[in-house]
Amino acid sequence: MTQVTNDTSAPKGEPWVWFTSLGLIVGLTMVAGLLALVLYNGFSVFWAPPVPTVKLSDGTVLMGQMAQHRVRPDSPASQPKYERQYQVGLRELNGTSYVWADEAKIVQENFPPQTMGLERMENGPAFVTPIAFVDSKGQRVLFKKESFEGLTSEVEYAAEIREELNAIQRQKIGAVNAKMEASRIDLRRAEDRSEPTAAIKTQIAALELEFNQLRELAEKVKAQNALAKIEVRDARGREVVLPMATIVRAWLPNDMSVWDRVSLFFSRLREFLFDEPREANTEGGLMPAIFGTLVMTVFMSLMVTPFGVIAAIYLREYAKDGVVLRMVRISVNNLAGVPSIVFGVFGLGFFVYVLGGSIDQLFFSDQLKYNNNTPVFGTGGLLWCSLTLALMTLPVVIVATEEALSAVPRGMREASLAAGASKWQTIRDILLPASAPGILTGVILAMARGAGEVAPLMLVGVVKLAPTLPVDMVEPFLHFDRKFMHLGFHIYDLGFQSPDSDAARPMVFATTLLLIVLVVCLNLGAITIRNRLRARYKGASF
Amino acid sequence: MNPSASRIKVQPATESEGRKDYIRIQDYGFWYGAKKALDAISLDVPERRVVAFIGPSGCGKSTLLRNLNRMNDLVDGIRHEGDIQIAGRSIYDPGIEVISLRRRVGMVFQKSNPFPKSIYDNVVYALRIMGVTDRALLDEACETSLRKAALWDEVKDRLNDSALGLSGGQMQRLCIARAIANRPEILLMDEPCSALDPIATGKIEELIHELKAQFTIVIVTHSMQQAARVSDHTAFFYLGKLIEYDTTEKIFMNPSQAQTEAYISGRFG
Ligand SMILES: Nc1ncnc2c1ncn2[C@@H]1O[C@H](COP(=O)(O)OP(=O)(O)O)[C@@H](O)[C@H]1O
Ligand SMILES: [Mg+2]
Repeated sequence: MTQVTNDTSAPKGEPWVWFTSLGLIVGLTMVAGLLALVLYNGFSVFWAPPVPTVKLSDGTVLMGQMAQHRVRPDSPASQPKYERQYQVGLRELNGTSYVWADEAKIVQENFPPQTMGLERMENGPAFVTPIAFVDSKGQRVLFKKESFEGLTSEVEYAAEIREELNAIQRQKIGAVNAKMEASRIDLRRAEDRSEPTAAIKTQIAALELEFNQLRELAEKVKAQNALAKIEVRDARGREVVLPMATIVRAWLPNDMSVWDRVSLFFSRLREFLFDEPREANTEGGLMPAIFGTLVMTVFMSLMVTPFGVIAAIYLREYAKDGVVLRMVRISVNNLAGVPSIVFGVFGLGFFVYVLGGSIDQLFFSDQLKYNNNTPVFGTGGLLWCSLTLALMTLPVVIVATEEALSAVPRGMREASLAAGASKWQTIRDILLPASAPGILTGVILAMARGAGEVAPLMLVGVVKLAPTLPVDMVEPFLHFDRKFMHLGFHIYDLGFQSPDSDAARPMVFATTLLLIVLVVCLNLGAITIRNRLRARYKGASF
Repeated sequence: MNPSASRIKVQPATESEGRKDYIRIQDYGFWYGAKKALDAISLDVPERRVVAFIGPSGCGKSTLLRNLNRMNDLVDGIRHEGDIQIAGRSIYDPGIEVISLRRRVGMVFQKSNPFPKSIYDNVVYALRIMGVTDRALLDEACETSLRKAALWDEVKDRLNDSALGLSGGQMQRLCIARAIANRPEILLMDEPCSALDPIATGKIEELIHELKAQFTIVIVTHSMQQAARVSDHTAFFYLGKLIEYDTTEKIFMNPSQAQTEAYISGRFG
């Protein structure tokens, strides 16, 4: 017994087990904490909690949803004092949506059942007490619990009308505008070359007529709902009339079942995922940004994969070993460590100005000449974003492909060559299929890096608000020249560029959550494909 | 080991009508960089016969074998002298492409190396890369090759399954089927049974006996019994040199060199 414990020759490795596992635990805890924070904050954006009415000792009354609870910065650490932030809404009246209240000064807090929450097209939400509403036919209804359903249907009607208006303005008027633009360019060109312009002028006149008709139609649609409004009283007793057309949603936060809350949650989630943003992106949905991120990532992958694979094949299979090859390898590996903003600068300088500029000179010279020098490809856009990120992630794919190629057993290569296959046939028929899972691993890594990248995109084509999607039903369907929205940039813009940072905070978390989910989904998709391939190329036994 | 282990009949070389110097190796030397692996080898392999290369590890058996279809061209820094002729023509003849050489000289490796494809695709690989697309032709070639490799009955119902699901012995026979599918003239085998159990080994040896009717076979083996069982002629190498080359019967019963005698009787190696 003593002999064993005194045996100093035995290796003393055990403490390192604890030490190394500690590293893992710290790392995992941090990741789990981050995910939990984002999950909690992201999802609570959509949840509607009860809304208190709070009386303060100085006589002020607040009605609003609690947004934050924190230690007052001026209180001593030994005896912390707390303060609360309420989202009271009605920004047009209060100047701000959010109010801080010292917790010590709260004398009364209750939850009156008639409190109503309103989500609006402009000026943020409102927490108010409803008095009455006027329906679209001009009928005034005093608000009671039973009349809430009637109000809801009025709100829904308003949403329908908004959608109709949107269809007219964004799609039909947009199409007319695009045609008009093209005709004006034609006109200017014709004038410049002193060609006959009469036909073009009649065309423009017809388009203007159509435009005016559409505008009238829009006014008519708007008028259907002009009478509807809702009269409310805020916590301080001020009465306000809100046009129904500006109301997105109404709910009774202190008088609804769990089921109502859940369905409100999903209705907001749906809006978040499938609708367009409102209010400088701090509210509404993220569909254009989700779509833009997806499209950009897919194009980036489509560009980086062939380039990376071809480059890796050359490096691994054809290039002669030597100083040059080693230098190239080192450069490729170092390329992976270059800060992404550098790629952005390169993309702007080379892709946008040089390549895009030349494309414009070559193919869109008319456009430039007769459209106030408005560039087509000579400005940031989807194509340049995808290319820039493809360049940035190229080393990842090259390295992964090279590794996958060199991992193909030598026997397989020899068997193919011994059967009389040429080198290229061996690469095509044996090496590439066998290394497909490894190549896909590289593409997955590239996608994960590309989808979350923001800095370079800000230089080469991502914008805060894009009027159109990069892929739509207008010919040529795929608009490589268009600027687009991106989730990563959206987060930056919301969190750090928004005038109302309190209002933007919840959306920052929700958008972050969405970006994480999106990247995970893209990766899961690619991993599934890779595993299918693996199963196909790895046999049951040896 | 007792030389009388070569009880197995050794076919007298005269029975064949094929030419006696079908593969002719003349004063062949070979270097890996500065290391000389083969030294002035001269040896003739008769047509439709089995020749075994024996000798201790590292003596250059595989190197010589891999030179016969120029597989060693893949290695950097190699150099050779002398010449190898097949059917009277040098394999280094600039008019012969390596690819067409390899189509005439099939090879089976020590470690079975089926492609991660179906059994069918494995067998017809050589034909496909030659540009054969006619399904009937491919089907026929697949069946004949698998029959010749004595594998047909075992796999005929699962030709489209992955080849990687076969047992070790089946995989090696599949590799033989693959090597003979485009009807080469010569079959090179580098220790084809070294990873197999005795039953699988027995099957492959039987196979070699049958294939001899159509192919000229050069086999490297570590097992003296195997050399005695399957080959007509045996070449004994030592340190890159050909020590003795004769009929298998002679090598095992009555070697003329003391080194050969010592090796086959197990006194070194
Ligand atoms: N690719 C290679 N590069 C350098 N030396 C090699 C290579 N292959 C074999 N050799 C050397 O050549 C000699 C003969 O090898 P090999 O032909 O494989 O022997 P055997 O098959 O008889 O065991 C050995 O000394 C071996 O180390
Ligand atoms: Mg060997």
